[in-house]
Amino acid sequence: MDYIPHTPADERAMLEFIGLPALDALFQDIPEKYVLKRLLDLPPPLTELETAMAMKGLAERNQRPLMTLMGAGAYDHYIPAAVRHVLSRSEFYTAYTPYQAEISQGILQAIYEYQTMIAGLTGTAVANASMYDGASAMAEGAVLAARSLGRGKIAVARTVHPEYRRVIGTYGWANGLEIMDIPYVETGRVDGAAMARMVNGETAAVLVQSPNFFGVVEDLAPLVASAHSQGALVIAGFSDATSLGLLVPPGALGADMVAGEGQAFGNPLNFGGPYLGILAASASFLRKIPGRIAGGTVDREGNRGFVLTLQTREQHIRREKATSNICSNESLCALAAAVYLASVGKNLRDLAVLNVRKAAYFRSRATDKNGFEPLFCAPVYNEFALKCPDPRGINEALENEGIIGGYLLEKEYPELQGALLFCATETLTKNDIDRAVSIMHRAAG
Amino acid sequence: MAKPNPEDRGYSREHEWAKDGGDGTVTVGITDFAQEMLTDIVYVELPAPGRKVKREDPFAVVESVKSVSDIFAPVGGEVIAVNGDLEEKPELINRDAFNTGWIAVIRMDDPGELALLMTAGEYQAFIEAENA
Amino acid sequence: MELLFEKSRPGRRAFEVPQSDVPEVPLEDLLPPGLLRDDTELPELAEIDVIRHYTHLSRRNFGVDLGFYPLGSCTMKYNPKINEDVAGLPGFVSLHPYAPPPFSQGNLQLLFELERYLSEIFGMAAFSLQPAAGAHGELTGVMMIRKYFEKKGEKRTRILIPDSAHGTNPASGALCGFQVVTVPSNPEGNVDLERLDALLGEDVAGLMLTNPNTLGLFERNVAEVADRLHRKGALLYGDGANANAFLGKVRPGDLGFDVIQLNLHKTFSTPHGSGGPGSGPVGVGDTLLPFLPVPRVGEEGGVFRWMEDFPDSIGRVRAFCGNFNVMVKAYAYIRSLGAAGLRRTSEIAILNANYIRKRLHPYFDLPYDRICMHECVFSGRRQVREGEVHTVDMAKRLMDFGFHPPTIYFPLIVPEAIMIEPTETESKETLDAFCDAMIAIAREARENPGMVKSAPHGTPVKRLDEVRAARQPDVTWTGRKEK
Repeated sequence: MDYIPHTPADERAMLEFIGLPALDALFQDIPEKYVLKRLLDLPPPLTELETAMAMKGLAERNQRPLMTLMGAGAYDHYIPAAVRHVLSRSEFYTAYTPYQAEISQGILQAIYEYQTMIAGLTGTAVANASMYDGASAMAEGAVLAARSLGRGKIAVARTVHPEYRRVIGTYGWANGLEIMDIPYVETGRVDGAAMARMVNGETAAVLVQSPNFFGVVEDLAPLVASAHSQGALVIAGFSDATSLGLLVPPGALGADMVAGEGQAFGNPLNFGGPYLGILAASASFLRKIPGRIAGGTVDREGNRGFVLTLQTREQHIRREKATSNICSNESLCALAAAVYLASVGKNLRDLAVLNVRKAAYFRSRATDKNGFEPLFCAPVYNEFALKCPDPRGINEALENEGIIGGYLLEKEYPELQGALLFCATETLTKNDIDRAVSIMHRAAG
Repeated sequence: MAKPNPEDRGYSREHEWAKDGGDGTVTVGITDFAQEMLTDIVYVELPAPGRKVKREDPFAVVESVKSVSDIFAPVGGEVIAVNGDLEEKPELINRDAFNTGWIAVIRMDDPGELALLMTAGEYQAFIEAENA
Repeated sequence: MELLFEKSRPGRRAFEVPQSDVPEVPLEDLLPPGLLRDDTELPELAEIDVIRHYTHLSRRNFGVDLGFYPLGSCTMKYNPKINEDVAGLPGFVSLHPYAPPPFSQGNLQLLFELERYLSEIFGMAAFSLQPAAGAHGELTGVMMIRKYFEKKGEKRTRILIPDSAHGTNPASGALCGFQVVTVPSNPEGNVDLERLDALLGEDVAGLMLTNPNTLGLFERNVAEVADRLHRKGALLYGDGANANAFLGKVRPGDLGFDVIQLNLHKTFSTPHGSGGPGSGPVGVGDTLLPFLPVPRVGEEGGVFRWMEDFPDSIGRVRAFCGNFNVMVKAYAYIRSLGAAGLRRTSEIAILNANYIRKRLHPYFDLPYDRICMHECVFSGRRQVREGEVHTVDMAKRLMDFGFHPPTIYFPLIVPEAIMIEPTETESKETLDAFCDAMIAIAREARENPGMVKSAPHGTPVKRLDEVRAARQPDVTWTGRKEK
């Protein structure tokens, strides 16, 4: 099925009007020797019925897990039905970027509302309309900090998500920045003393995450003070956005930029994407922050309306002077987040508290056996690192029961042998947790 | 129709003007013709006082809704003052490019550079030729 | 229309949090109060409020399902509904990105096969599906070029970009530390070969070329361009945004492109989502193969797995594997169309664009009077002369006729540019209705210019004050009552 409406009669009439004998004549600018004389080597075309069957077959080659015990940057939260219904409105999902504002007031207002809610949750003055994901949001924030201050060094906490750190490294290399790693201490938090020694007048920004990759909630205020004393900016990240409903917003603690992952707000796991980069900052960054921004204004009759504003920051105007090249963003994912936040509303705090309690229960049951201990003692949100005997064996036992287990920490943290990172959201019941723990304990012998 | 170009100053090919303060400094801005081309100005990025510039260095940025333009120093020297009013009212450049829309004051390194600029008449001829 | 916050009423709820089935340990035992925030300022709404709000908003939004988007360079083709349905299958939607390979064989197979299909369609050796959008793919491509020369020990600091290029091209070049040098186009709208030669020094890393270019014209000399670059040790980057013009007809890899990025949300029918998510796979020839982002999907004996061991890779450009759910839709589209369908797509896309070109030629200035590819570029200069009516005015007036405007003021080398790309999914009737509207507006520009200059008239809001939005930025609602 090719979705092309033209009948042979249409084709003939149009070719005649243009004054050409056949469709081939339209390709006369392509040098003959390069024109393909064969059909591309692809599977044969399918009717819609056959497409449905083929895709169903592929999807079923996956195994649906009974439960997922891992977070590590992607979180299995419940998505209210309203989100999917709003997102299935084709006026939203088949629409283009709202450059022509008069016929795009729907998405522009939704994005303005999204920006407002995100700014409030992060404690900042301005949030943009989305970045690709948490990793690239942090990376672009770091590049912006370096350019703004004219400094070439970035200090990144090792407790920031390992993949975010790799992306920061790639962007940093491309921009000629020097990346320094900030170690952590045995509580699971950033080593503030090491950070203070490392940060000086050449440091553009300090990048931290809270809750961090280990699920630990950082004490951000002293880190912010330390960075600011050297004139360095602070970029605070997060990977489970629901934590913003419970924890003091990083902006309120003095973070200059907040850059994190918004997937937890209404976007499914989707095997890694599309996700939602959140980038928000203090007012001084209004004219520098990358990405699109919806702004309020009036029309010629004085009615309130919205437009994409401050577009001169963007690539299509600044071109080689742009601080970012982002064009398409994650708009529909931001809409999902907005509907999620509009639905969950002030209950976000209770939801976050439930997450904390579920994880605390999981941790207390899991450590209720010799050989199982929490790896870190600092307070956590909904993830925790568990020291355990034979983590690979434990995960294998869980997988044999159709359960996706914990994240093996030694992969990215070789100094943390024998440990798994687990997550419990509101979607895990007490029975689920009890069952998982009994499999884990049995596997340990 | 652009306002007439005042005789009391020099003009650059990038549509900046420099007015001699008589004390080793010049006040600089952009011409009325330039602001017409730019249309509504929404933001001006001013240099920090103390900044040293060479002749023809970009030293300020003027933004309209749909474009960004560098402003180039018509003479070299040190920026000793900037027009803070432009922060709240960038439209001053549109309304009064030659007076209240001034951008900065530069203490010249070499007053001889003033002679490199065009007179009002030369500038007028220049823009007419460019747009023929 | 009121904002969510203006509809909010204390105590209203659209969502309930279940009672805890685990012990309700006091919160202060788990998290010190000093770490906790005061209440959030989120709105308080009932579900009916939320649904009505967003349903009303959707009715103030235009989409492909409502009408025609003749947007040049955007390829706003129809988004097949079966693709939306299959992308919603639980097997695709509910897996964690770190699910062990035994759980995710279906997904890994999809990634592997999609990469193979794209490599075949574009004549490249391999693709990375990681970049989240076209611009992201571009950045990745330019990073690979930079790493290549670093590894070779050659100091190449400049990148050449035609004056007709999309803004993301120079932005990507600059963001990778290259100095961007503009190459002018010749009067036919192609890269000026002589000027290219003059600029091709030993310090040039490459040329970023869109083909067909943003004027909708195929670069007749592309193989020659590739050759000249390669002889100087430079590379040819292809911006594949306009791939809808040549599917199944010619392959960038065969023409000599070393790296190209695609836009799945353009050529491969995935929906634009009001601005995203997209997906920007980047394909390479053998030269740049070692530098592709990691991880990649490998296959052995029918079993798929992640592979990380590529020491020269540029690393990662985003977390996880990319915009997977967007790829599911593109994959289904390629399976639906097959080779014959893809080829017909380009043929009819070009037929449609030339039909519009021929119908509108008498009424609008056509800077390049030759057969175009999938898009054509007019200039609104005649209407400026006749009635002081600018391209932006005509664009706004088109809304009153039920069409989304074409791309305007791009490419920069055409004054008052109007770039029209119909795509292959629009029928002759739609094209005729669009052309009739454009012709009517051209006449209005002469006879009743005021009507055009004050457009739009039939939309929920009239022409919006963009100057005010930029001078007095209002980007979050701060609770001020409406005047």
